[in-house]
Amino acid sequence: MDVFLQQVVSGLATGGIYASLALSLVMIYRATDVVNFAQGEMAMFSTYLAWSIMNHGAPYWLAFVLTVVIAFVGGLALERLIIRPVEDAPVLAIVIVTLGLLVIFNSVAGWAYSYIIQPFPSPFPRTPIRIGRIVFGPHDLGVIGVTLLMLALLWLFFRFTSLGLALRAAAQNPAASRLVGIRVGWMLALGWGLAALIGAVAGMMVAPIIFLEPNMMSGILIYAFASATLGGFTSPGGAVLGGFLVGVIENLAGTYVSFIGTDLKLTLALLVIIVVLLVKPSGLFGQAVVRRV
Amino acid sequence: MAPLLEARALEAWYGWTKVLHGVTFAVDEGGITTVLGANGAGKTTALRAVCGMVKVAGEIHFEGRRLDGRATEDIVRLGIAHAPEGRGTFVGLTVEENLRLGAYARRDRARVAADFERVYRYFPMLHERRRQVAGTLSGGEQQMLAVARALMLRPRLLLLDEPSLGLAPLVVREIFRIVRTINRDERVSVLLVEQNASLALDLADHAYLLETGRVVVSGPAADLRKDDAIRRSYLGY
Amino acid sequence: MTLEDAGAPLAPEVAGPAGRAAAARAHAPGAAAVRAAGLLSLGALACLLPFVLSDYRTFQFTQVFIYAIALLGLNMLTGYNGQISLGHGAFYAIGAYTTAIMVDRWRVPYGWTIPVAGVVCLVAGFLFGIPALRLEGLYLALATFALALAVPQILKHFDAWTGGSQGIVLSKPAPPPGLPLSPDRWLYFLSLGLLLLLVLLAWNLLRGRAGRALVAIRDNPIAAEAMGVNAALYKSLTFGVSAAYTGIAGALGALAIAFVAPDTFNVFLSITFLVGIVVGGLASISGAIFGALFIQFVPNWAQDISKAAPWAIYGVFLIVFMYVMPRGIAGALLMLGRRLARTTQSHPG
Repeated sequence: MDVFLQQVVSGLATGGIYASLALSLVMIYRATDVVNFAQGEMAMFSTYLAWSIMNHGAPYWLAFVLTVVIAFVGGLALERLIIRPVEDAPVLAIVIVTLGLLVIFNSVAGWAYSYIIQPFPSPFPRTPIRIGRIVFGPHDLGVIGVTLLMLALLWLFFRFTSLGLALRAAAQNPAASRLVGIRVGWMLALGWGLAALIGAVAGMMVAPIIFLEPNMMSGILIYAFASATLGGFTSPGGAVLGGFLVGVIENLAGTYVSFIGTDLKLTLALLVIIVVLLVKPSGLFGQAVVRRV
Repeated sequence: MAPLLEARALEAWYGWTKVLHGVTFAVDEGGITTVLGANGAGKTTALRAVCGMVKVAGEIHFEGRRLDGRATEDIVRLGIAHAPEGRGTFVGLTVEENLRLGAYARRDRARVAADFERVYRYFPMLHERRRQVAGTLSGGEQQMLAVARALMLRPRLLLLDEPSLGLAPLVVREIFRIVRTINRDERVSVLLVEQNASLALDLADHAYLLETGRVVVSGPAADLRKDDAIRRSYLGY
Repeated sequence: MTLEDAGAPLAPEVAGPAGRAAAARAHAPGAAAVRAAGLLSLGALACLLPFVLSDYRTFQFTQVFIYAIALLGLNMLTGYNGQISLGHGAFYAIGAYTTAIMVDRWRVPYGWTIPVAGVVCLVAGFLFGIPALRLEGLYLALATFALALAVPQILKHFDAWTGGSQGIVLSKPAPPPGLPLSPDRWLYFLSLGLLLLLVLLAWNLLRGRAGRALVAIRDNPIAAEAMGVNAALYKSLTFGVSAAYTGIAGALGALAIAFVAPDTFNVFLSITFLVGIVVGGLASISGAIFGALFIQFVPNWAQDISKAAPWAIYGVFLIVFMYVMPRGIAGALLMLGRRLARTTQSHPG
């Protein structure tokens, strides 16, 4: 039972990372029908920025805040400068642009920071935390806390601010949004900025666990796809829930199911995707697409 | 006195197809103007042209400013509210959120709360359903929501695109009654595009009749109502 | 992602009035002669190349032909039938391993392995198409993405057959006795010949009823069904044929490189194929060739420009390409042709 709970908490921690990245993917997909393949690499690059800032002597939380701000502005700029020129192009063309961004970020990170695996500090205390009889890793609990806090803040933003409302409107119905004076282009940019911000937080939370290197996010991106598929690519809440579920399932399967060792862990993500697509493609909370005749 | 809105020699395109071939129309301050015509005559395109949603040539003047060439979002901020064809409801958002978005472009946040009350007085069933997701409303209620949302802008000019489409006669009459009240009490000018010519002519002061992208008849609505020849050949009743 | 946004530039056969007018002009007798002359000179040039280029360059062009066959298959699916596949690397791998296993383990002459690879992939693609049928756009893309991810894992797992992570080494195929060609040149002509054959086959298929049915299913599936097109059957068959093409390419690829290993057939290969058809131009046969040239040579150019971060340069190439030609090279050429046709058309009144 103790092991079970520990694995659940551990799973929730990695699940939080998957949830964050899945949320970023779904946010951009809902607004633009484009899957941003570069989401993971953008998060990785932001994490390297944080690492650089800390290497220059800054304390962790200063680096954290700076990185988050830079990532937000960067994501916004990316949309306005790189995506906007092709926003009227066919969707596949825009997807190719995101693939281009993927290789650029990956390659530049490798060139600027080398491919050597680096440790990344965790801001949470080292001593294990005891709840009742069970001992939990402090970083895991910290990740869960940070992720939930970030998600809560986002939810408040979308629900209760007029800018958040405008963002939701622009994602759902750009034409009608213009008719109420919403500058849809800037809303899209804002969406990209938020997605990048979320990714940066996720990157900084996961780097202490899997170590910092240019390819660190590729496996996580795949799990994010699995999470978004499970939760529903059209549902931000679903993507988040999907992320936590996939994280827990992954950890429990790795612990309890014998033949899924660490090598075949990726296969689990695939299984999730395939099973969901076979049974209910729109995921747990996504809306089934109704095609008008 | 110069009209509030004036379009001169307006041409418009959907993609490569030219839909308007040089139309001229105007809306007087405080007046209700209607644009009539059959399907495909170009009525909706005329409204879209005013809002900068289609490619245009020619001139559109509003309160002394040129509208043609401006982005839709900027035109809206000048005080023109458009309840579009198909209502343009944000179906995933609640009624209240839809209304709040209507006021998005306004600077005077303080008065928005008062405007909610005003709009709910005109449309009490919207108040009942304010927390309901807009997509679950009936067609008539969504049309009312569209008009209500437009009102939240406190517009100088209200553009209505075929409000009667797909609605039961009683509902349509109710909506037109409210539009007349708004026009009278709040001095909101109206440009109404309609297929239901008899209702539109009852409401409007001035009317234009479009046929395949050109104005074929124009004049005071009362005159068109009385003219049997025009009614029979163009308006079908 | 809806495929309406995939922006397939319609081949003249299925374009609207402006396109048909332009095509009619293009099909006028004078234009046909010019086109024939152009194609013949291209053909002559292609036959000359292996004798003037180094073995390495010849090999690169062989690879271009192989990629073109694979892209032809993918284009058939994505461009014409509107189904997105991020998993065609899987069929390439199946074709490659079919050949490798038959040649290395069972000592089958390599010539026979190519059609067998095609048939195996035809069946595999058709079978995959059956459940995948129910998925659209993004969801089909995800399913095929999962397929692409799974393949290296599966190949490593069944190592008794596949040689596991080590892979299988083949010997380079020898030209048939009597033909005075080096193995590299022989492979070049074999690939070129197969490419021409398969292009002809695709051209015929797509110009006829099958092609129109595919486009109908892509543009308005419900209307197509209502008009008697058995969408389910066509979609599965298209998947099968598309997989077969890519499988044949994989077989040739295995022979050309003389080596197969699971990690060469990872998801990145599938993504490269997708890049190929988007850059080349969807729903277009010439697009497959343009795309193959791009995915073969541009990475090399990128490396020439920057040893340190070649993929960054490649990424920049990709982005700039999409800015300039969002509908691919073939699409850009088509639009150029239409614009020229429009300006030479006299304006009435």
